[in-house]
Amino acid sequence: MSDASKPAKKDADGEVRRIKAPVKLDYTVTAGLALSRFLKGVTAGKLLGQRCGVCSKVYVPPRGGCPTCGVGMGEQVEVKDTGTLTTFCIVNVPFEGQTMKLPYVYGLIALDGADNALHHLILAPPEEVRMGMRLRAEWVPPESRPASMEAIRWFVPTGEPDAPWDSYKEHL
Amino acid sequence: MSGRACAITGIGQTKHASKRDDVSIAGLCREAALRALEDAGLSFADIDAVVIGKAPDMFEGVMMPELYLADALGAVGKPMMRVHTAGSVGGSTAIVAAHLISSGVHERVLTVSFEKQSESDAMWALSHKYPFQPPLMAGAGGFFAPIVRSYIKRSGAPLDTGIAVAVKDRLHALKNPYAHLTLPEISNDMVKASPMLWDPIRYLETCPSSDGACALVLTSAQAARRAPGKPAWVRGTSMRTEPAVFAGRDQVSPRAGRECAADVYRQAGVSNPSKQIDVAEIYVPFSWFEPMWLENLGFAEVNQGWQKTMDGSTALGGALPINPSGGVLSSNPIGASGMLRFAEAAMQVRGQAGAHQVDGARMALGHAYGGASQFFSMWIVSSERE
Repeated sequence: MSDASKPAKKDADGEVRRIKAPVKLDYTVTAGLALSRFLKGVTAGKLLGQRCGVCSKVYVPPRGGCPTCGVGMGEQVEVKDTGTLTTFCIVNVPFEGQTMKLPYVYGLIALDGADNALHHLILAPPEEVRMGMRLRAEWVPPESRPASMEAIRWFVPTGEPDAPWDSYKEHL
Repeated sequence: MSGRACAITGIGQTKHASKRDDVSIAGLCREAALRALEDAGLSFADIDAVVIGKAPDMFEGVMMPELYLADALGAVGKPMMRVHTAGSVGGSTAIVAAHLISSGVHERVLTVSFEKQSESDAMWALSHKYPFQPPLMAGAGGFFAPIVRSYIKRSGAPLDTGIAVAVKDRLHALKNPYAHLTLPEISNDMVKASPMLWDPIRYLETCPSSDGACALVLTSAQAARRAPGKPAWVRGTSMRTEPAVFAGRDQVSPRAGRECAADVYRQAGVSNPSKQIDVAEIYVPFSWFEPMWLENLGFAEVNQGWQKTMDGSTALGGALPINPSGGVLSSNPIGASGMLRFAEAAMQVRGQAGAHQVDGARMALGHAYGGASQFFSMWIVSSERE
């Protein structure tokens, strides 16, 4: 916020054409029933999803309603904390709020037992990361585990053989 | 398109640049609007309603800029509304304006879209901390890079396809006096040597951050008779949306895009897009999206879009020129980028595209997309009314 109190910067011709006006926004989010159960689950090291009663697809995190069928979700199911990396990006760009040292990898992970892929960090040398790579979650220790996806620090390779293309090509 | 005929009688855009310090947001919008009005032979007083569009407010930090723009755009005492569909907004805004004509509500509508990226930080606005999520993505490039990787894997496209598009669109931009980027020295080697920002996307395979605006004057057929220039005619408009996440979602070739294209082709009587459409201005903020959209839009078979890029079909002089203006890769005032595609399509069928004119263009597609490849807007314009 210090920018606002400084004198405005003048252009070469002595004119002031811009001032900095920082904006800060605090807000409170209500997670809703389905996501609240999921967030309680991650603090206990469990990944809870929901299965749609119409299309049988399992969503993790659960969404309350099925985005395809437009109906309320059905039974709660627990999925594994292992999965397949479907696709990924190696980030070389710094940005505000970044926590990882560059370059780092994030990707879409189809958890075993889930029908959607979620975004998360991959801890592995970027040049070794592959589509189809098998991964497992590395959890934050229980005593400091937050009620958020940050309860999982990142995903690490399991060392298993890569998943076949057909097993994850629907998650692109 | 159903309802009354809708003519495009005025087209205006600003000189796009990384920083337009010489104008405010209002001044930027007026620059485009006054050019469109002059082209249409009208003044603000002749306009019945104003429809404006821009990307999220956080991109400039100006909350509801439409309130502050009402006087600058001559909307006092008239209906004014703002449209908002993420990156596709420029297209959706033109479509909403066109519907005000085709529905018979108004005779002359001014539509304006803009972005002044230099006044804030879109990278920040797109990378802010979401509740319950770790910070991951690093802006739009970070979001779209995994999708590009999926396309490369699925299609088996040569890895230099993205480089080819990056060079081609920058060469096109040299023929467009309004384009932001002018890189006469652009070459495959130069793109290849540029930093790999979001692997597999290189710096020169991405769009710039631009300040710019675009404006159109749309009128009924009767009002178009008094226009000084030859109008372009809107022959079809379509918008489609889909959720960002659902099981089995094809992020490379979203269903919403395929269905939007099918709908707009049906309205315009297009059964063979590659044959019937002379030129297309499509939303390509990262070079690999050219081959991806060629497939999504039905200009190429699945997994074969890259062939048209690589054989030169999509360059000016090719069988299907794509983005002769230089496209989003050369100018990206985000909120205006979609309308620029729509406007450039109309310029082509009016024969007013100057050095980047496609000879004899009669039917053109304007295309925009936004969000997580989940909002689509398209129109087809023609030199012929029917």
